[in-house]
Amino acid sequence: MPTITYTDADGQTRDVQATPGDSVMETAVRNGVPGIVAECGGSLSCATCHVFVDEEDLATLPPVSDMEDEMLYGTAVDREDTSRLSCQIRVVDGQDLHVTTPATQV
Amino acid sequence: MSGLLVVGSSQAGVSLATSLRALGHEGPITLLGDERHRPYQRPALSKEWLQGTVTSESLLFRSDSYWPEHGIDLVKGERVIRVDKADDGSGVAHSMSGAQFAFDRLALAVGARPRRLVMEGTDLPGVLYLRNADDALELKARLPDVRDVVVIGGGFIGIEAAASLTTLGRSVTLVEAAPRLVARAVGEQTSAHLLEHHRSTGIEVLLGTSVRRITARSDHVGGVELADGRVLPADLVLVGVGVVPNTGLAESIGLNCADGVLVDETAVASDGHTMAIGDCANQPNPMPGAPPGDRVRFESVNNAIEQAKVAAYAITGRREEYAGIPWFWSNQGAVKLQIAGLSTGHDRTLVRRDAGKGKQSVLYYRGERLLAADCINSPLDFLAVKAALSKGLAIPFVAAADPAVQLKAVTQPAPVPVGTAR
Repeated sequence: MPTITYTDADGQTRDVQATPGDSVMETAVRNGVPGIVAECGGSLSCATCHVFVDEEDLATLPPVSDMEDEMLYGTAVDREDTSRLSCQIRVVDGQDLHVTTPATQV
Repeated sequence: MSGLLVVGSSQAGVSLATSLRALGHEGPITLLGDERHRPYQRPALSKEWLQGTVTSESLLFRSDSYWPEHGIDLVKGERVIRVDKADDGSGVAHSMSGAQFAFDRLALAVGARPRRLVMEGTDLPGVLYLRNADDALELKARLPDVRDVVVIGGGFIGIEAAASLTTLGRSVTLVEAAPRLVARAVGEQTSAHLLEHHRSTGIEVLLGTSVRRITARSDHVGGVELADGRVLPADLVLVGVGVVPNTGLAESIGLNCADGVLVDETAVASDGHTMAIGDCANQPNPMPGAPPGDRVRFESVNNAIEQAKVAAYAITGRREEYAGIPWFWSNQGAVKLQIAGLSTGHDRTLVRRDAGKGKQSVLYYRGERLLAADCINSPLDFLAVKAALSKGLAIPFVAAADPAVQLKAVTQPAPVPVGTAR
């Protein structure tokens, strides 16, 4: 199973085994990883599942859609080049991911 | 062991239990639901789940291991029918099956139920409502035999379902008694945009149209007879005419209720102990500048989460007043509608439109004060308005009128109102 490593704004890390096909957001929320709110449940409506993706991992992800790109401008902590909405990142078999959650989502 | 008993395991109840654990609360928590399913998210039932683009498993709030790992006693399939409560807020809840659940403190997260249509034919097989997973499962199970659908009610649920069913190739007629769509939640310009869009996708929308009765074909629904005598053929009728808050339990234990369980800014009911959160709770209007004494009852995910948070703080002994800006979303086929704030009391509106991209935002003002926005396929506008309202900032009417300007770029500190003492 792929492993997602979540690092919070204070530097604390948690490794979570993810089911391929699930999103990085779903994997966090279902397992009680703090730092990702995801009010809208992944329907790209709230911008409260913002993460910074490790640069090496970033290149392996599918590109940002127009709607995700617009939503990223509204995150509580300003977007950076590595910003993604974690509801839009699907985990695939054999791929480990490393993400950092911002200090706040709202 | 008694501790906190949360009755209702949908968004509000789940948010209360998980917020308490996130705050470090260690007391016993029992989360009691009356459905046979593990706690799940409802919004997608009329949208992505119905269209088949997300799985049932993806709707679950938490993994199965989360609950025991966090010391939350999750109980499914128990409907509370009676509560004995002492003056100190403790008591025992009795379920229909005869089980008893003792509590030191009770939280009602019992939600709302669909308003039932009262007329001939509503008990026919094939006349459905859409509120919970079993409703959605029945709807999906019937679809293979369905060609013509009549949706009664042009609110969020009705339109979302109509859009999904159209996507699935069904012939959909939507009947709404009011002269416009979603009249309760959005302004006229937004209604007009939605109407034009949904008609363009093939949904037949009949506004200002009343239903007289539902007709049978053998022992099944066969059609919908309108007030003018016309009969619309229907293999399936979906009714979405609003919801009624579940206040029965609250009333039975003497809590004050009026369109919901009356609670204060911290989600505490009239007995000073019991909490009510989510769709069943009626609270002081949290919008900045709201008229004193004004009360609201929200039916939204955001409210369920925010109210659960203040309730969690109250349980841990910390007073935090509800202060969030209400927001709502509704995905209707290609339309993504996002609403921030409450437009009640507005005296002028501003429309920003990019017709080529199907974008439209309507901003609602009272004088210079921005109150709310309905945003269609315009997440930037939505997020800018939500942020401005949350932070008490202003988006001047004149500056916002230019659709080329980004609202975030013209957001500025709010002027101190004349006469405000500092």
